[in-house]
Amino acid sequence: MNNLIIANSVRFIILLFLQVLILNHILLFGYINPMVYIVWVFLFPIKKNKSLFLILSFLLGLSIDFFSDSGGINAAATLFIAFIRLPILKAVLGKTDFDYLLFNLRSISTSKTFTYISSLTIIHHFIVFSLEYFSFNAIINIISTTLFTSLFTITISLLGISLFTKKK
Amino acid sequence: MRQLIYFIRKFRYFLLLLLLEFLALFFTVQHHSYHQSKFVNSANSITGGIYSRVNSITEVFHLKTENRLLVEENIHLKNLFEQKETLVFNDTTTVIDTSYFQKYQYSVAKVINNNYTKRNNFLTIDKGTDLGLTSELGVINSNGIIGVIKNVSPHYATVLSILNSSSKINVSLKNSRHFGTLTWDGKKYNTVQIIDIPRQAIIKVGDTIITGGKSTIFPEGIKIGVVTDFKFEKNLYQQINVLLFNDMSNLGYVQIIKNLQKTEQETLEKLTTGNE
Repeated sequence: MNNLIIANSVRFIILLFLQVLILNHILLFGYINPMVYIVWVFLFPIKKNKSLFLILSFLLGLSIDFFSDSGGINAAATLFIAFIRLPILKAVLGKTDFDYLLFNLRSISTSKTFTYISSLTIIHHFIVFSLEYFSFNAIINIISTTLFTSLFTITISLLGISLFTKKK
Repeated sequence: MRQLIYFIRKFRYFLLLLLLEFLALFFTVQHHSYHQSKFVNSANSITGGIYSRVNSITEVFHLKTENRLLVEENIHLKNLFEQKETLVFNDTTTVIDTSYFQKYQYSVAKVINNNYTKRNNFLTIDKGTDLGLTSELGVINSNGIIGVIKNVSPHYATVLSILNSSSKINVSLKNSRHFGTLTWDGKKYNTVQIIDIPRQAIIKVGDTIITGGKSTIFPEGIKIGVVTDFKFEKNLYQQINVLLFNDMSNLGYVQIIKNLQKTEQETLEKLTTGNE
């Protein structure tokens, strides 16, 4: 139990600094910065305490906003994917092999992990870029940036998860 | 009453979501408005301290460009100095009596965080209220303008970059006196746009754009960039693209301009418009 708290706090801090100090300066093809900090939301254990999870996700997004001077954009998007994580996970897994307490991302099949991560990533990025551009005229810009950045984020997230988490 | 409690219990996560989303959107909207003081910005001691610590390491890699810029500016200033000297010696009857009249005060700061790829970009610099900075001071470097200070804390300040949708800076053409407004469409970090140029103005590709004298923030005549292309449709200038002299992706030391007569000018203007 204590291990879980320490692991999640350490992951919170490492992902925050990784994002603001390194990933925000990558600029692949001139403008793509992956937003890998949302991996924290993917990996948070599914337990009863849902309100704590929502508040912490909000704080993670807000910390990113503090560093990148973006108002409350990341906070809004991260909070939203934290809220819809459970419904999406249920839809991806189906009711049969869903276990609340023993859930571990590495124990489900790769294709299902991919669907889970990519749907949440695309939703998150779409909210972030919509709020950033804040204009219907820029809808093509928003969609293209969302898709390219999601591609990059999903690749790095999957690699990072497979490298740094234990397989059960 | 019991039904209300039941309702709140049933939808408590959804209500929490709504509350926090509302808070996040409030921060976002507040961040877009210009005049209010903001809560979420990188000019506080935690984020500013982390950025300045990391910057002291990465700074070493940019020393070469920084030196080159300094040498270029030195040469430019030396040339100006030479021109002035000959002018004074040729015309001995001119009495320059403005030696104690100083309108602008310059100070130096270092950029410790720079964005240029997002739609709304901000910079963080390592000087704050302890060195006399306030909001709405101009920020330039030797190649042109960079932005306007937005938030200040004791040791840090954030700068609203010209690459931001809320940035609107008064500019003019160098060869005529027509005014326009500098904006950014969010596409390329080295190209900005000018709007509101009157149709009487004659614009050619290659014209130099400088700051206009209308703003109380920037002095007149700071160079900004050259016109690369423009559209003239329906008897109006639709879009004028300007290539910046400044490389916004590579900023080291910047200069902050303080207009010492700003309050005087603004009070006078307010008094005049108030009496109408």
